[in-house]
Amino acid sequence: MYTISNRLKMGSIILMVVGLLGIGYGFMIAPATVAEAKEMVAAHGDSHDTNTTHVESADDDHGVVEEHHDEGHDAAHDEHVLHQLQNKPWAALYVAAFFFFMIALGVLAFYAVQRASQAGWSPILFRVMEGITSYIVPGGIIVFVILVMSVLHMNHLFVWMDPDVVAHDRLLQGKAGYLNTTFFLVRAAIFLGGWILYREYSRKLSLAQDEATDNANFKLNFRISAAFLVFYLISESIMSWDWIMSVDPHWFSTLFGWYVFASMFVSGITMIALVTIYLKSKGYLEEVNDSHIHDLAKFMFGISIFWTYLWFSQFMLIWYANIPEEVTYYITRIEDYNLPFFGMVAMNFVFPVLILMNSDFKRMNWFVVMAGIVVLAGHYLDVFIMIMPATVGDQWYIGIPEIGAVLFFAGLFVFWIFRAMGTVPLQPKRNPYIEESRHFHY
Amino acid sequence: MASKVIHAYYNDDDILMLAVKKVKAAKHHIEEVYCPFPVHGLDKAMGLAPTRLAITSFIYGCIGLVVAVIMMDYMMISDWPQDIGGKPSFSYIENMPAFVPIMFELTVFFAAHLMVITFYLRSRLWPFKKAENPDVRTTDDHFVMEIEIHDNENELRELLSDTGAVEINISDKNSH
Repeated sequence: MYTISNRLKMGSIILMVVGLLGIGYGFMIAPATVAEAKEMVAAHGDSHDTNTTHVESADDDHGVVEEHHDEGHDAAHDEHVLHQLQNKPWAALYVAAFFFFMIALGVLAFYAVQRASQAGWSPILFRVMEGITSYIVPGGIIVFVILVMSVLHMNHLFVWMDPDVVAHDRLLQGKAGYLNTTFFLVRAAIFLGGWILYREYSRKLSLAQDEATDNANFKLNFRISAAFLVFYLISESIMSWDWIMSVDPHWFSTLFGWYVFASMFVSGITMIALVTIYLKSKGYLEEVNDSHIHDLAKFMFGISIFWTYLWFSQFMLIWYANIPEEVTYYITRIEDYNLPFFGMVAMNFVFPVLILMNSDFKRMNWFVVMAGIVVLAGHYLDVFIMIMPATVGDQWYIGIPEIGAVLFFAGLFVFWIFRAMGTVPLQPKRNPYIEESRHFHY
Repeated sequence: MASKVIHAYYNDDDILMLAVKKVKAAKHHIEEVYCPFPVHGLDKAMGLAPTRLAITSFIYGCIGLVVAVIMMDYMMISDWPQDIGGKPSFSYIENMPAFVPIMFELTVFFAAHLMVITFYLRSRLWPFKKAENPDVRTTDDHFVMEIEIHDNENELRELLSDTGAVEINISDKNSH
């Protein structure tokens, strides 16, 4: 039976404290007035006079306005920068909160796939997966609280929540039937409730199966997992429109749900591999062998390619069609986020593909760990690039608030999942496929 | 040169794997195993040298990628410049996203086809070649392990029958 080690507990608490300080610092330095914002931008030494991409919708006469550079525009610009800088600590918090929540949700989907397909290789890893999915309760609640704070106008992550903006925007008025704060929160509550319900119920059945004398729990778990996958695929898609795509309320992409799904799936599988390797290095999970790690690494490799396929499909169609309201999305990213935007493709595609292509490397723990860390960092950047351009524009920076938020949620995540893993034996006893999983090779 | 070989028949891949491990543990050299389908991990259990087919496949993939890059540059940019997606820039790098699907397809095409051809050449397979398997049942539901005999027929027979072989035969073999 595993118990969270004191070192890990201390480490995660230190991470949380340091992270909280970083988050607090971010909110402290956020400017309150236009003058402060101007000072901050000047201190960074780069004025953004020539930049035309910070405005939400690229209106055609914008370039002309820029040339005239009249007083009114300057004031509007300064106001805009102030809002972006005020959004910065919130966006940093939201990106990190969503990222770690997304890992747990990705593991939940992977777990449900294993259940629904009655896979023979994976039951030995079920307790690890269940441990990681325990984070969707605190993680989901934190994300929900941030969304409620947005609705209460404590931040301006979602411009469509601002009645002033909607009053001057015909497109948003047209979307108001769907994009309104009440319906938004109702959807979020239903999705989170459904995911948490499945997680808790499946975990209960999984534990009950260990003590049972027949396979009734196992069969019921199979059925609810299949039903959950249907619910998940719909709710995940809508969640990605609501929580991520709607920060750019004029822009839309029909494969966005799949794109976010690929990101969370690969992050989740990577996290399973990392946690498994960690526990194994501490002498637990003796019966997990190279073949299990090999299989997880194959998934990491395959889903990384799948993510790239979706990333490129979304990019190429928009690039090819060149429709102004669609193409602004990528122009902002390529002009203001050039390094993270293309760096992310190197981290999420080129690196894992080259490192994990060789079959023998997939069986070497340190190779998987190395690839896994880069993949996780890459997918953090992916979320960063989905949220930041619409919320902070060209004022982005990966500094103390961003890193602090990541550290805080990493600490909470580690603390929560290892504590959950310590409450029950790390290996299921009576799963009908446990024998096959034990002897799994290739 | 003719030599005597012993053929042990198995009807299950798991039993075969265990048998191979036992025979290797007894320090006998396994000449060949004939299978109706690929058995994962058999090559490692038999102690075969790792295949270099994957390396050739990687090289073929790289060749395919280079061919695609050069081909698209010649066709779409230099020989007959094309206006791609309303962007008449006639620059390769600016139009590169449009060529990515072709790069991908040709990489896969080259890697897959040339790897299969290499595999056929390397295993000396060509049309109308006479089958080498000692028994037609190895194309259906039986696995055959072949071990060369060096005056140890009885010892081998005993060892193999212990491993769960369903049939054991001795035959002459002409090595090629």
